Amino acid sequence: MPLLEAAGVSKVFGKLTALDGAALTVGEREFHGLIGPNGSGKSTLMKCLAGALVPTQGKVTFINTDVTSLTPPERARAGMSLKFQITAVLPALTLYDNILLALQARSSLLDLAFSRSRGRLHEEVMKMLVQFRLADRAFDAAATLSHGQQQWLEIAMALACRPRLLLLDEPTGGMSLEERRVTGELLQPIKQHCSLVIVEHDLDFIRDICDRLTVLDQGKVLASGTVAEIQANRSVQEIYLRRA
Amino acid sequence: MSSTGTRIQPPPRVIQAARSPVMASAFAGRKKVLPILELALLIAASIAPLVLRDYITVYATRVLILCLFALSFDLVWGYAGILSLGQSLFFGMAGYGVALLSRDFGVGSIFAVLPAGALIGFVAALLLAGFLLLGRHPSSVVFVSLGTMTGAYAADRLARGSHYLGGQNGIPSIQPMTIGSHELSEGPGFYYLVLAILVLIYLLSRFLSRSQFGLALAGLRENEQRIAFFGYKVQHLKAIIFAISGAIAGTSGSLYAFHEGFVWPNMLGVVMSTQVVLYVLFGGSGTLIGAVVGTAIVEGISFWLSDNYRDIWPIILGVLLLLVILFRPLGLISLVLGERERVGHFGPSLKEKRNAAP
Repeated sequence: MPLLEAAGVSKVFGKLTALDGAALTVGEREFHGLIGPNGSGKSTLMKCLAGALVPTQGKVTFINTDVTSLTPPERARAGMSLKFQITAVLPALTLYDNILLALQARSSLLDLAFSRSRGRLHEEVMKMLVQFRLADRAFDAAATLSHGQQQWLEIAMALACRPRLLLLDEPTGGMSLEERRVTGELLQPIKQHCSLVIVEHDLDFIRDICDRLTVLDQGKVLASGTVAEIQANRSVQEIYLRRA
Repeated sequence: MSSTGTRIQPPPRVIQAARSPVMASAFAGRKKVLPILELALLIAASIAPLVLRDYITVYATRVLILCLFALSFDLVWGYAGILSLGQSLFFGMAGYGVALLSRDFGVGSIFAVLPAGALIGFVAALLLAGFLLLGRHPSSVVFVSLGTMTGAYAADRLARGSHYLGGQNGIPSIQPMTIGSHELSEGPGFYYLVLAILVLIYLLSRFLSRSQFGLALAGLRENEQRIAFFGYKVQHLKAIIFAISGAIAGTSGSLYAFHEGFVWPNMLGVVMSTQVVLYVLFGGSGTLIGAVVGTAIVEGISFWLSDNYRDIWPIILGVLLLLVILFRPLGLISLVLGERERVGHFGPSLKEKRNAAP
């Protein structure tokens, strides 16, 4: 049974059909890349998976549950986590508090009011900060981080919710080559406990970390398969050449 | 999600502030100004009746009651980012409630009327939250602020039209509040009672705003949509803090009713709601002490101005308020309080860390 299954997903905005019966299947501990030219519907599909948009048609199933019309918090509680395309760290709070905020999301209200879980969560917060190479900045405001570091903090926050599935929308946008390389390294260890759906323009990056790819074009799935299969696919080569 | 399209919220200024070189140095040296300021103000407030003339002590009591009211608004706006423009609704409803208890049932014991006032504020806020905040999707800031304002306006008009509530004149000559057989009339006794309640509620608010719940509120204020994606029940958080703030506004409203000896429709209306917004913006929202300082200074200045510039004092006060909001958008408190200390941080104390270690 796949972890996530989207079938026949369509999304219509007025006269524009952004998605036209797209499908996607992601297995346990699979890194799945979503690629395609600009305007092919990648981000729209991502938003339908995350619950930021409700599909006009189609069905999204996550761990055997129909989540098509669940709100983002309901999906989050079911084990789905999203890193936004535009970084959305909380700028006035320290890095430490950003991570703690994500980690404590499942604590009960009483635990929150009497701060009963923060002692227990302390080591976990520090572990995440170390893992994402941000420990020395722990008590600085998130606003003081570089763009690349903010992206890492975002990924750390998205992972702090201990999701079964992480949705990453353009994690390397605006990063330097070196930062991209580090991002790839940072993502590898999460494979032990989490699947990944990733939208990304940088094809080298996506080839390096993904197991399978789905190619979208004009709202439809053009091809889906292993990285090698997709690389060998004629029609995929064509759409990328056509627009190059 | 589209309902959150229009966002009026404090954080953008914060981002700018945090990037400026001045703030960078404030982050580096973590001096603690806040506890010193709080203690100094407490000492000043404690000795005030001993040095002030009696009629000023009476005025100061009213100011302390309004400080409590300002705290209630600061908790929802400064901490949780809910722009309640109808805070007077809970203040006034509790005021009318205890006035009726006194008039119709002869109940004046402090142990009955203050809890009653808090309860009225709490329940009214919870009911309003049910309409405005507890939808399946988060409601926009504009919706909530207009909704709360409409509530206050409607209550004001209803009270004016109601014979039972005394119409335009409200309910006059409320019997004094009692502790046992002792009657509390205005003066130093009432002053110290209000000060004690203010300090207690201040400390409770301080505890809550610095807890992990406070961190969740900070997340709410900074980016509600983001924390919803973490799995927070955003609407529940909002309703809870809104109801708590309603209880505090109710407590202050009932104290106000007994202190003034009467209630009238203005207590419910939009003017009162706006006043409390000004107090908090002037002093500095998002810090409890800012709300207290703002109230004390605005009321202090009005008192002095109205004595010395009888005809034009509201204009002078208005210009002053504008200047502060233009040049110190984070309120007067930002003159002495650095950004890091203002926002605070929420990690565990040393003791909690030690306990967590195996």
